[in-house]
Amino acid sequence: MKNGNSLELQGVRKDFGEFEVLKGMDLTFKKGEFVAIVGKSGCGKSTLLRLVAGLEKPTGGQILVNGKPLNGLNKSSRTMFQDGRLFPWKKILQNIGVGLKGDWKSNAMELLEQVGLADRANDWPSVLSGGQKQRVALARALVNQPDILLLDEPLGALDALTRIGMQRLIEELWRKRDFTALLVTHDVEEAVMLADRVILIEEGKVVMNKEINLPRPRKKDSIQYSSLAAQILDRVMQVEGKMEKKAIHA
Amino acid sequence: MTTTLQKEVKLKMKLNKKFNKFHLISWLVPILLLVTWQLLSLWGILSERILPAPTEVFQAGVALLGTGELIDYIGISAQRAFIGFLIGGIIGFVLGLLNGLSSIAETLFDTSLQMLRNIPHLALIPLVILWFGIDEEAKIFLVALGVLFPIYLNTFHGVKSVDKGLIEAARVYGLSGFSLFWNVLLPAAFPSILVGIRFSLGIMWVTLIVAETISANSGIGYMAMNAREFMRMDIVVLSILLYALLGKISDVAAKIIEKRCLKWHPSYQ
Repeated sequence: MKNGNSLELQGVRKDFGEFEVLKGMDLTFKKGEFVAIVGKSGCGKSTLLRLVAGLEKPTGGQILVNGKPLNGLNKSSRTMFQDGRLFPWKKILQNIGVGLKGDWKSNAMELLEQVGLADRANDWPSVLSGGQKQRVALARALVNQPDILLLDEPLGALDALTRIGMQRLIEELWRKRDFTALLVTHDVEEAVMLADRVILIEEGKVVMNKEINLPRPRKKDSIQYSSLAAQILDRVMQVEGKMEKKAIHA
Repeated sequence: MTTTLQKEVKLKMKLNKKFNKFHLISWLVPILLLVTWQLLSLWGILSERILPAPTEVFQAGVALLGTGELIDYIGISAQRAFIGFLIGGIIGFVLGLLNGLSSIAETLFDTSLQMLRNIPHLALIPLVILWFGIDEEAKIFLVALGVLFPIYLNTFHGVKSVDKGLIEAARVYGLSGFSLFWNVLLPAAFPSILVGIRFSLGIMWVTLIVAETISANSGIGYMAMNAREFMRMDIVVLSILLYALLGKISDVAAKIIEKRCLKWHPSYQ
């Protein structure tokens, strides 16, 4: 299963009017790989995710999904949004079944069980906590067995404890279900915790592409983990320092 | 976490009980008013020429019920209200959807609709009588016209203000066309549409009262005007009370629909 590329970006550019958000990106993602994309807010990482999802069209270059150029919505991917975006007028189970046809209910229940919310199938989203909503959103993103899971800062709005639980859950499901995962985050430690590879984007360009060869499940107290996290964080801060200098010179 | 949730549920149940008590109390004032009215009439403070006693009104009602007139008139009035509401409501709803979903339709129709909206529809009564005489069409036309705009405005606003993020999520999850409309746009706009419906139910009765009073040969308004000619104060008051009752019934119906359809909404849980 784990050979060949799931996703390829060839010289992908994106402008919004005169503003260049992505300045020519060449990236490949192997099948089943877990890649984290980090960078400061406004660096273009979320735009990159939206391009891969097919929600925006690149201004230049092309995106290949399983070797075929992407045109319109990316049907082999599913996105999990930061704010969950559950439909408040649908019960939890119905939310997971959105857009599905045929006999989806047993599938949906199975996923709801895997995220630990089987007993909430008939509740309205409004009675769930923030973390529970995100678990439902994760189940909804995975029920269709997508080849690619796009995670747009899915844990950004959660408290620290809920976050750790969600990270473990995402990792566990990824290992079980064997999809390619693209995680956009501003939390470097989260990136090192979860990803096979961390990509740093600065001003619309890839400035670092680093493999993380740590055994799973990763422990926060291991020396390699903290040194890698510190290394990447240093690089991020360096980027920041450069930008500040630029601002002073300008 | 479950314990706090259970606490919340208990609290809500308590509030519900309180609400039910309040519900009974809310009828206290109308009943008190009725009793006072009766007593004032009994003691002769309230002259019969100004306001007949509630018991007399009630007797008039029973008498009219016996001849079958009352049922006929209520029936015909309710029918006019319902048909007019249905026609105006559907037109307003469709226009609201159309203009909310398509910017071309919005530029094309919205200005005209806003101009028409500002004409008091009851000002058209002379014109409507010239067009339709005092037949059914006149009343139905006026009701439909009055009901149209609140439903149009609220449907339009509801569709326009659907969370763009939810629409995007729906598209990512494979919804488009009719399934997008049915699963996302309509439920999201529904609270706003219901506000329009409740608002227009009020307008529906007001329009009908005026239309029936000015030009009709059946219905509750006609009954009142006819009674006036024969100085039957009790029947005039009966008609007025009937309108109040019908208005209340339609409001309760709208509230029930609201509660059933908006179960998901945090403010109805």
